[in-house]
Amino acid sequence: MKKPMPDFKGGRPKAKKGSLKRIIKLLIRSYPILIPIAAVCIIISSVTASLPAIFQQQVLSDIGEWVSTGDWVSASKIILPKITILASLYFFSLCANICYTQLMAFITQGFLNKMRRAMFEKMQNLPIRYFDTNRHGDIMSHYTNDIDALRQLVSQALPTILQCSILLVSVLSIMLYYSLWLTLTVLTGVVLMLFVTKKVGSGSAKYFIRQQKSLGKTEGYIQEMMTGQKVIKVFNHEKRCIEDFGKINEELFQDNFRAHAYANILGPIIQNIGNILYVLIALVGGMLLITKAPNIGISTLVAGAITVLTIDVVIPFLNMAKQFTGNVNQVSQQINSIAMALAGASRIFELIDEEPEADEGYVTLVNAEIDEKGNICETQKHTGKWAWKHPHSDGSLSYTALAGDVRLTEVDFAYEEGKTVLHDISLYAEPGQKIAFVGATGAGKTTITNLLNRFYDIEDGKIRYDGININKIKKSDLRKSLGLVLQETNLFTGTVMENIRYGNLDATDEECITAAKLAGADDFITRLPGGYDTELSNNGDNLSQGQRQLIAIARAAVADPPVMILDEATSSIDTRTEQIVQRGMDKLMEGRTTFVIAHRLSTVKNSDVIMVLDHGRIIERGSHEELIAQKGKYYQLYTGAFELE
Amino acid sequence: MIKKLLSNVGEYKKPTVLTFVFIIAEAIIECLIPFITANLVNQMKIAIEMKTLLTIGLSLVGMAIASLLCGFFAGYTSAKAAAGFAKNLRKAVFGKIQEYSFENIDKFSSSSLVTRLTTDITNIQMSYMMSIRTALRSPMMFIFSIIMAYIMGGALASTFVVVIPVLLFGLFFISRKAMPAFRRVFKKYDKLNESVEENIRAMRVVKGFSREDYEKEKFGNANEDIRADFTKADRIIAFNHPLMQVCMNFNMIFVLTVGSKLIIEGMGSTIDVGQISAMLTYGMQILMSLMMVSMIYVMLTMSWESMKRITEVLSEESTLKTHPVTEIRNGSVEFRDVSFKYSSKSKKPALSDVNLSISSGMTVGIIGGTGSSKSTLVQLIPRLYDASTGTVYVGGVDVKCYDIKSLRDSVAMVLQKNQLFSGTIKENLRWGNENATDEELIEACKLAQADDFVSSFPDGYDTFIEQGGTNVSGGQKQRLCIARALLKKPKILILDDSTSAVDTKTDALIRKGFREYIPETTKIIIAQRISSVQDADMIIVLDNGRISDTGTHTELLESSEIYREIFEQQTNGGDNDEETNA
Repeated sequence: MKKPMPDFKGGRPKAKKGSLKRIIKLLIRSYPILIPIAAVCIIISSVTASLPAIFQQQVLSDIGEWVSTGDWVSASKIILPKITILASLYFFSLCANICYTQLMAFITQGFLNKMRRAMFEKMQNLPIRYFDTNRHGDIMSHYTNDIDALRQLVSQALPTILQCSILLVSVLSIMLYYSLWLTLTVLTGVVLMLFVTKKVGSGSAKYFIRQQKSLGKTEGYIQEMMTGQKVIKVFNHEKRCIEDFGKINEELFQDNFRAHAYANILGPIIQNIGNILYVLIALVGGMLLITKAPNIGISTLVAGAITVLTIDVVIPFLNMAKQFTGNVNQVSQQINSIAMALAGASRIFELIDEEPEADEGYVTLVNAEIDEKGNICETQKHTGKWAWKHPHSDGSLSYTALAGDVRLTEVDFAYEEGKTVLHDISLYAEPGQKIAFVGATGAGKTTITNLLNRFYDIEDGKIRYDGININKIKKSDLRKSLGLVLQETNLFTGTVMENIRYGNLDATDEECITAAKLAGADDFITRLPGGYDTELSNNGDNLSQGQRQLIAIARAAVADPPVMILDEATSSIDTRTEQIVQRGMDKLMEGRTTFVIAHRLSTVKNSDVIMVLDHGRIIERGSHEELIAQKGKYYQLYTGAFELE
Repeated sequence: MIKKLLSNVGEYKKPTVLTFVFIIAEAIIECLIPFITANLVNQMKIAIEMKTLLTIGLSLVGMAIASLLCGFFAGYTSAKAAAGFAKNLRKAVFGKIQEYSFENIDKFSSSSLVTRLTTDITNIQMSYMMSIRTALRSPMMFIFSIIMAYIMGGALASTFVVVIPVLLFGLFFISRKAMPAFRRVFKKYDKLNESVEENIRAMRVVKGFSREDYEKEKFGNANEDIRADFTKADRIIAFNHPLMQVCMNFNMIFVLTVGSKLIIEGMGSTIDVGQISAMLTYGMQILMSLMMVSMIYVMLTMSWESMKRITEVLSEESTLKTHPVTEIRNGSVEFRDVSFKYSSKSKKPALSDVNLSISSGMTVGIIGGTGSSKSTLVQLIPRLYDASTGTVYVGGVDVKCYDIKSLRDSVAMVLQKNQLFSGTIKENLRWGNENATDEELIEACKLAQADDFVSSFPDGYDTFIEQGGTNVSGGQKQRLCIARALLKKPKILILDDSTSAVDTKTDALIRKGFREYIPETTKIIIAQRISSVQDADMIIVLDNGRISDTGTHTELLESSEIYREIFEQQTNGGDNDEETNA
């Protein structure tokens, strides 16, 4: 099958605008009560964390006033109440702190849970096309890298930013309260810090993106070499691989090292700009003190009189400046994680916003029974009989027995617009018939089966199932009625029994075992260490390819569908076992329709009709005997004069 | 374990040591700064003289610049050291895997090796960087700050007698509780991601059986489970912050209360205000350094698993011992009483009592059902595995006596699970022989019946093969793999079901080419199709790990029931049109 593969060389997409807004909106919508509470707690905690500086300063100046008296008893009456206020402020701050950290832990995980769920549920509703055109590793990274980045954002970056900006505002106002001149000095330093953060931060971001890319490259190389490890050994190719890997590894090292170096140096730079700023304030303060320059500040404005700057203002200022730069430092540390989280978030939203598989079908599959008059009636019981329930526009209902009659009329199809891969396909399969498709890779065999179960929708023509246009049938019901066994077998983590039961969740153990027997799988399953309870993991990698196919056939058999599609389903089973499976399948498919795609002609020989496909057209059709007599392409294939490629 | 890992730091010892030097210098300066600022504050209080102010200020600026430079270089060298360490680790692990025998490889799945080489090493890199940046710094800051606090604060420093044990105990308690919770969560998290991956891969099955809702529910439950556990773990660790705050606040209040009492009672003679603010700064530094130590502790325990997994790979001894015999005389193969088990634990041997003699230049077919150990048998020849008991001889010499490289150069094997690598067709073919000329490549491809389709590609032999060989068909891939093996000019050529996707006519042409152009090479062909082996000099019928029969096609039709059965199925009773090739 041709899969249109977009080019992924562009690397990670950048963050889209509005992602942050959307995350915050989603957060608030998910926790309309808890988020405001957490925000209030953060605000309380930040405000109460900045206020103590005032009391601390007052205590210190009180000490200065009382130090010469040596009278602690009288001094304590003034000092101790202030310390009590300080302590109670601390207490509030602590409570708020505990409250918001606990809340954030709860909110973060709840939010991630919600996002993961939204992605997964969306993913289940996406058309097969999405999975055919996106690399699985890329889809996976939504659940790993992107979610991790989001976790960082919600649990750390957002609270830190909120906290720090409130602290900054409150500290700034306190500073303004005291002295405009000194505040301006602090602000100069802040501007410098922002400039450095921006410079270093953008360098860091640049190398982080490069690192991400070379990490991807290295991972790709490792992946390929690890799966091909045995081939490498057979060809004594180890040395060359080590050399090649050395080159890629070196590249990764360069980007890796630069990205981290940039990230590492930001902290010390900001911190020491802070230290220098400290000195600067001391100097400016000292100068103002010496020159007895008039001080301007909110306090002086309120007092209405311009006073001279005093030492009692300069000292707390120094502390506040320290706190201020500490906060700027914290925010700057979050810059990388924010950038990464936003890129991750836009990727997550991209998945969530993906167009889901449309399903306008209204014909559904129901349990049926035949009443005395021979009419088909709907029933809640499991009768083993099924019928299509067809509501009509006039409000009436009609029932059609599920039989497995499939007709394709003049079907055209293209995966990509303009590149038609199936031309004018018409065929009919009556209940009980076995229809085989033969043809080269890319002739369109699998494409036809993709259309039957509506993994893809046809462009032109009609497909009717028991006389009903399949576009009218609800997709899930249509697919329920079609058993599917693919060449590439996918099993799930769980026991063998659970894997077989996947075909029909209501099946009893006995029914599953019967299906396994029918598929010729019972024999080897009972010989597994745990029998039917053997745990399979990693797509059943402890089983051989052939054994996996047998389980997949049993899984389809337990679903007991009226129509079965076998796409190279027995390609990895040896001919002896295939014979056994075939016998079982033939028994199972008595009175039902089977579509077979097979490479081995012996597999398709006993089909009722064999279609030979070439470049999306049916070029020959007929039974084995008829086609042999025709001496056309099929005859050539069969005699080995023509290659199935 | 740590020692083994650290031995890979190699040439990055220098940046590591430099990091230590810079960090120590930075720490010392950072500890001195509060000392000087306290002095500055005091100077300002006593007399504001511009000159003293300037000298102290300038010395402070100088220190800040020195500290900045130290921090800058430490950041640079630590990044270099950690990234280099990671590079060396990756190199060591990758190289080690290249030394592995098949048995070793089977022990680790390929996906687990990928994780080890990527995520695990990144984890170790991060812990290493964090460690070298703080391992010395925090204890140093701690000790230095305590000393300074005592010098400056005297009795006031007794606050730390209370605060430090409380903080230490609290941090220890929190990490103790949080670690197992996190470990549990991460395990579940990995599982969840695995199941998502499984779901993506099996999307056709999910949709084919309309199991979307079932999958959603399954995922929803697992997801909810993780949320609950993760929240629990996060909530424990969230107490770190308030704990720190309590300690700092206590420190502040204690110092202010006791400090003010001491100052006023002593009329400023014992300690002064500047000392109090210095005390507060040092208190902060002491607590911060403890916090950092606990963070390293958490980080190291978190990456402990990664370290264990990497050491596992590094200390895995290759089960292949190599020997000096480099010359392989001819392509004869002999099995004497060979039995084989994949693991000493498995109950049933994969091969038992195999005795077999193939002379040089023969064409041998091997046939048998799934699980009859056909592949196992031939894998013993190039020593992909070693026989558990008995001996395998190539060219009359026990295979264990050969130099592995020479042996495998003489025995070319096309694996059942063969693989092409991303790169051009030429590059892929040259795996067989790096120095092959273009003519040799074409010749090998002609022999493998690959030249026709390769030449039909617009880029011919320079066509780029995508990863996994997805842009060529199964049969084309198989033929390229055969050509690649032929380029080795081997004495023994083994095809393990390597023409299953090739049509019978081409298959016959390939075998015809073998007969005509490489008559002296021993050819061992495993096949599903009788037609692929029926013209062989000898056919071996395997059943359940034992040789059930050997003989030529006609002999086996007489003597072997299994062979006859397979033959009849494939020709399907009387319908003799199939397999008309020579």
